[in-house]
Amino acid sequence: MGLVSPDYGTIFWMVLAFAIVFFLLRRFAWGPILSMLHRREQSINEALEAAQSARTEMSKLKAGHEELMEQSRAERDNLLAETRRIREEIIEKAHVEASAESARLLDLAKNQIRQEKNAAINEIRQQVADLSVGIAEKILKRELADKREQESMIRDQLKDLKMN
Amino acid sequence: MRWIVALAMFLLMATPGYGIDEPLSDTTDNHPKGERKEIFDPGDFILQHVMDSYEWHVLTAGKTHVSIPLPVILYTKEQGLNIFLSSRFHHGEASYKGFAIAKEGKYQGKIVRVDEEGHQIAGIGRPVDLSITKTVFAMLISMLIILLIFIPMARKYLNSPNRAPTGFQSLVEPVILFVRDDIAIPSIGHQRYEKFMPFLLTVFFFILTNNLLGIIPIPPGGANVTGNIAITGVLAVATFLVTTFTADRNYWKHIFNAPGVPWWLKFPIPLMPFIELLGIFTKPFSLCIRLFANILAGHFIMLSFIVIIFIFGQMNWIAGYGVSVLSVIFYVFMTLLEILVSFIQAYVFTLLSALYFGMAHEEAHA
Repeated sequence: MGLVSPDYGTIFWMVLAFAIVFFLLRRFAWGPILSMLHRREQSINEALEAAQSARTEMSKLKAGHEELMEQSRAERDNLLAETRRIREEIIEKAHVEASAESARLLDLAKNQIRQEKNAAINEIRQQVADLSVGIAEKILKRELADKREQESMIRDQLKDLKMN
Repeated sequence: MRWIVALAMFLLMATPGYGIDEPLSDTTDNHPKGERKEIFDPGDFILQHVMDSYEWHVLTAGKTHVSIPLPVILYTKEQGLNIFLSSRFHHGEASYKGFAIAKEGKYQGKIVRVDEEGHQIAGIGRPVDLSITKTVFAMLISMLIILLIFIPMARKYLNSPNRAPTGFQSLVEPVILFVRDDIAIPSIGHQRYEKFMPFLLTVFFFILTNNLLGIIPIPPGGANVTGNIAITGVLAVATFLVTTFTADRNYWKHIFNAPGVPWWLKFPIPLMPFIELLGIFTKPFSLCIRLFANILAGHFIMLSFIVIIFIFGQMNWIAGYGVSVLSVIFYVFMTLLEILVSFIQAYVFTLLSALYFGMAHEEAHA
């Protein structure tokens, strides 16, 4: 058999066998294998994508969380500042009110004192007038008896007066 | 490592038949001419091993030939269909039912019709010969191996979807993916590669399996399947047919009226169309010859290293054993090289087929 002259028997069997094997493999081997490989690749891709999206979702959530935290922190700070302000205001107000009240009370007390004082002065005046009238009466009664006695009596009277 | 043992056995067993015990002077003995007492012919020895035959020679010890008989299938008008085992021919020595293996002439090595005395009948040609020869048998075995590997594997894929490959699957899967991702997709394009995948994979694994089996020196290996021009021719014709029947308008337009070529190359003498038309056939032809020649050359070289031992052995038995050490070292080296070549040739054939398929559909690349 020549080395470079193809033998038709070999060709016949080769064509037959190759065709059969080709169709068998296509139907029962390459078809399933390739489709399963494809499906596996798809599922791996899907899993990777799912993981990726979960990761972004997660980071998004985390960012939202952070934002929320930031917000609440700011709110808390605001609240604190507000309270501090209100407290100060209240204290201030109380201060003002208290000082006004005390001033009012002071005025009232002063007025009362003044009134009392006036009343007292008036009373003294009354008494002095009464006393003076009394003294004058006594003097007048004793004037004629003795000059010296008169004088001492006036002195006494005056002493009394001073004591009062 | 089993093949090294087999090789050693082969060497030891075959040795007595071919010379070390038979000095050159033996041939000058007064043997009758017809008996062909061997003077070792290296060319013959090598050709015997790479050529097709009706039996599968395993070894020859002394004068005992051990070979696997293969079915002979013949058809003649006179005798109808004849199917019998090639052992009927007693290694080509006997005739059976008027058939014998021609020892010389145009049909040397093939079955011809003979008369009662065993002489070839001239002028009636050969019977229709569809014998399962060594090449065919080895090819069938390799196909059986491929079927037995891949069909159960496909079932494994179906039974465990979306799982990582295990066992033998993980050895073959990268190769399948390689054919898909590095051969088919870059050459054919994403849209169309899928319908070519079964062909490319079948061709790839068929060539690879036969290349590798061809390196193993004992049956079921050792046959020269991908180094047989009929086999590579059928593969190349298959590529040619697939290319031609999947081609689109652009492919034919490119051949008969190639764009971007000066008009005077097409008219009045259609030089370019002629060259392009020739190209349709030279491409698959080159596929056929490349694979055939590469594998055949590999077998030649490996056998040559074995043959060198016997050539030296004929001169002197010491020289024979001395050279054998060197020969075996080279043989081992060549075997490793041939394993590489097996993969490269399977790759090249598949890649070029895929490129031709891709070229037959231009717009996929545009």
